[in-house]
Amino acid sequence: MNFAYYPGCSAKGSSKDYEMSTQAVCKALDMHLVDIEDWNCCGSTPAHAVDISLSAALCARNLDIAARQKAEILLTPCPSCLSNLKMAAKRMEKPEFRQRVNELLDEPAAATFPPVTSVMQGIAQQFDMQALAARVKKPLKGLKLAAYYGCLMSRPAEVMQFEDPENPMLMENMLSACGAEMVDFPLKTACCGASFGIPERPMTAINSGRILDLAANLGVDAIVVACPLCQMNLDLRQKQAAKAKETTYNIPVLYFTQLLGLAFDLPKKELGLNKLIVSADSLLRKLVEEREDATKTTEGGRQ
Amino acid sequence: MNDAVNLSRMRDPAFTEEVEARSGQNVSTCYQCGNCTAGCPAGFVYDLQVNQIMRGVQLGLKDQVLNSRSIWMCLSCSTCSLRCPNNIEVAGVMETLRHMARQEGRVTVPKVEKFWWSFLDTVRTFGRTYEIGTMVLYMLRSLRVTTDVDLAPGALAKGKLGFQPHTLPNGAEAISRIFTRYKERAQREGVQP
Repeated sequence: MNFAYYPGCSAKGSSKDYEMSTQAVCKALDMHLVDIEDWNCCGSTPAHAVDISLSAALCARNLDIAARQKAEILLTPCPSCLSNLKMAAKRMEKPEFRQRVNELLDEPAAATFPPVTSVMQGIAQQFDMQALAARVKKPLKGLKLAAYYGCLMSRPAEVMQFEDPENPMLMENMLSACGAEMVDFPLKTACCGASFGIPERPMTAINSGRILDLAANLGVDAIVVACPLCQMNLDLRQKQAAKAKETTYNIPVLYFTQLLGLAFDLPKKELGLNKLIVSADSLLRKLVEEREDATKTTEGGRQ
Repeated sequence: MNDAVNLSRMRDPAFTEEVEARSGQNVSTCYQCGNCTAGCPAGFVYDLQVNQIMRGVQLGLKDQVLNSRSIWMCLSCSTCSLRCPNNIEVAGVMETLRHMARQEGRVTVPKVEKFWWSFLDTVRTFGRTYEIGTMVLYMLRSLRVTTDVDLAPGALAKGKLGFQPHTLPNGAEAISRIFTRYKERAQREGVQP
């Protein structure tokens, strides 16, 4: 089945690994992602921080292209893109606001836009957890993981419509279906410090540090994320967070698609695991050891 | 020492009305429970806590609120909105205050605004974000030339920084026109774009 797809700018830069693993997993699930033509940046936080009609105009151009291509649904991997696209569509239901946005566009935007949802929810709409489990070739048995959603997957709640906004469970359910042990992670919707890592490093270091601290105390093999900016703050900036707390961390931070890919036994080079700053090798070794143990036990049973 | 604040001389009821109209929120329902402040991940760098900002809006203390550092340091995480017992979109109020401050040329934390425009200028030029371009512009504009240089080797080694900006068939020009119209309109309306 074909899905209109909005990759978001970081897909070609800082979150190449998310994009690679998203493509690989969706292909394995026969979900064919088709980029909307000539898409542009959603404006991210800076656009709505400056002006909401500017932000909506940048989003509306993309929504308009998807509408003209007669897309039934638009999928995006990035929660920030998702939030901006959904917010623009919602705000443009008001005629006065729509007028302000249309003033900025080459042509007035389409009257209605296709619904937008995350790749994660898109997968869940197509595959319930049993169907997902049926696709697993190499279970993630032996891995202890923390699911971390960040802010934008579930907030603002009435716009994002994503489960219990303080306690979403979709990632836990997906990865449990793949055989992983999911810990209860109370900071799963806390903020990582977002884009303040550049202008105000301590704010991001302290907020990310809380999340890394908790994950370290729980002894997880990895934190699992769905957002390119959360991933960057927890992985690329992990040393900055550790320095602020005068400690050290060594916690791999993987995209949920990379773990689904491992469970589906997709080639590792298609999952971009080598792009992680904190290496996932320890986690991969653990998976191999677990499988060897399982094989030995089975063989032992036969003797 | 007399710390008494003469509210009658400082209150600007028109300010309260404007914030309510632009944010679409009924700020008068805030009864200072403090849930917003309790859950705020940025409170430790605020000069006024979120509940104090809300009280300031109710009282019409325009200068105190619009000159605060807090409205620039808000992470837009919306935890406050989610936990408000009176369903005030508190993060939306914070954003409205930021817009009002900017439009009047009040920028208490300039480096945050410089980062936003460094990002948006790459979008205006290329139609999509150009990560390296954003960093270079920000370093030049903020004169903080060592920002995140500690991260560059790792990011480069992992091929996580795109050297080339995105190239779009028509998008770059279309986006540049959106920005031009936006700036022209702001000028017509007499506010800072």
